[in-house]
Amino acid sequence: MTSVIDRNAFEDLKQMAGADFIDELIDTFLEDAPQLMIQLQAALASNDAESFRRAAHSLKSNAASFGANHLSGLAKELETLGRENKLTEVGGRLRALEEAYQTAARELKGMA
Amino acid sequence: MNSMHESGRILVVDDNKVNRLLLTHGLEQQGHLVETAENGRQALEKLRAGNFDLILLDIEMPELNGYQTLEACMRDPSLRDMPVIMTSSLDELDSVIKCVEMGAEDYLVKPLNPTLLRARITASLEKKRLRDQQRKLFRTFANDQVADQLLREGFSLGGKYVDASVMFADIRSFTSLSEAREPQEIIELLNNYFALMFDAITGHGGIVNQIEGDGLMAVFGTPIQRADHCEQSVRAALEMLELLKGFNQEQAALNKPQIKIGIGIAAGRMISGYTGTQHHATFTCVGDTVNLASRIEDHTKIAARPILIDRNTREKLDARIEVEALGPVLFKGKSIPVEVFAVKPV
Repeated sequence: MTSVIDRNAFEDLKQMAGADFIDELIDTFLEDAPQLMIQLQAALASNDAESFRRAAHSLKSNAASFGANHLSGLAKELETLGRENKLTEVGGRLRALEEAYQTAARELKGMA
Repeated sequence: MNSMHESGRILVVDDNKVNRLLLTHGLEQQGHLVETAENGRQALEKLRAGNFDLILLDIEMPELNGYQTLEACMRDPSLRDMPVIMTSSLDELDSVIKCVEMGAEDYLVKPLNPTLLRARITASLEKKRLRDQQRKLFRTFANDQVADQLLREGFSLGGKYVDASVMFADIRSFTSLSEAREPQEIIELLNNYFALMFDAITGHGGIVNQIEGDGLMAVFGTPIQRADHCEQSVRAALEMLELLKGFNQEQAALNKPQIKIGIGIAAGRMISGYTGTQHHATFTCVGDTVNLASRIEDHTKIAARPILIDRNTREKLDARIEVEALGPVLFKGKSIPVEVFAVKPV
C-alpha cells in the first residue's frame, strides 16, 4: 500500500509534540476530523457557506500538520468554494474527502 | 530545555484543538508556561487578567479573529508592547502582512516547523526582555507623569522643534579630603549624589536624559510641554544646591569627600526626539540652545558661581529669584558674545 502521509511533515510534528505525545495528538485529530466532516455536510445542507469554509479550513490545517497532504488539498478546495460562496459546485468532493480521510486515518493509526 | 533559551509565559490563541494541544505541549517541552484561548474574545480576557510575555495568534477564528484581536491589543496601552506572533496557513499571507504592518512582531506558517518555532519564540522573548529593560531604565530617568505619557505615545523615533530649557550639571571638585579613595566609595558617592539631583530635577518636571561620568543633562518643557520650563529649571537648580548642602554636611560628619557643582541653563528652540534604533533609543535634545547650556555650565568655573543661565531663561523668571547680570561672554565656537546671568543661591 502506498503511503499518503508525508514522513517529513510527520517527523516535524513528532519532534514538536514530543514522541510521547504524538499518540494523543493523533487521537485528537481522529476524533475531530469526523466532527468537521459532519459540520461540512450540515453546512452544505443548509447552504451556510461561512460555516462550511470554517470547517474546511480547520480540516485543511490539521491534515497538513500530520502530513496528510492529499486530504489537506481536498479540504483546501472546499474552503475556497465556501469562501467564494459556491457550495453548489461541491458535488462529489465531500465523498472524495471522506475517502481520503479514511485512508489517511488508517495509516495514522498504524503509526501510533 | 536548553538553558540558553529564555522561558516565558505564552498565550496560544487558536480555535483548532489539534493546534492548541500541539503548541501547548511543544512549548511546555521547551520550558515555557503556556495558556490557551479558543478565540480572540477569550484571549483578550486572559491577556488583561495576567502577565504574558508573548502571544501566538491564529488569524482564522470565530467570534473575534486574529486581525481584530491584534487591533484590540494595539489599542490597549497595557497590551501594546506585548510581542504577537501570527500563526497562519500559507494562503493567508496577505492577512499576515496586514498584521505585521499593524504591529505584529513576526509570523509562523502552519504546519509549523519546529526549528523556526523555537527560533522565532526565542527572538521575540529576547526583544520583549530588552524592551522591558528599556522601559524600566526609562522610568528611572523621568518622573511617572512623563514616563506614562511617553509610554502612551510610544517610542517612535523622530524629532520635532520644541521650546524648552536645558540644564547641564557637573561636579567641579572633590574637596576636603586628599587621601586616595577606594573605587567603591567613589561610586557610592556618585550614586548618592545622582539620586539627590534626580529628585530635584524630576520634582520640577524635568527629565534627566544623559549621565556621563560625573555630569548630567536634563531637559524641562519636553517631551511634555509646559510654559514655565525656565522657572522650573532654575528652581530645580536651586534645590540641587540645597540638597547638596545637606549632603556635604553629612559627608563632612563622616569624614568623607564633599562635592561642588556647576549648573548651566539655556532656553529656547531645540530639536527633541528619540535617537537610536527601535530597540535601543534614548530621548534627547540637540541644537544651539543645548550647546549654549553646555558652554554656560563650563563657564561656572571661570565665573566662580554655581548657577549660570542665559538671557532667555532669565527673562522668564519670577522676580523673587535673585539674578545678577555678569555681562556678555564670548564662548568658543560662537561669533557673538552671549549675556550670562548668575542665579543667587537661596
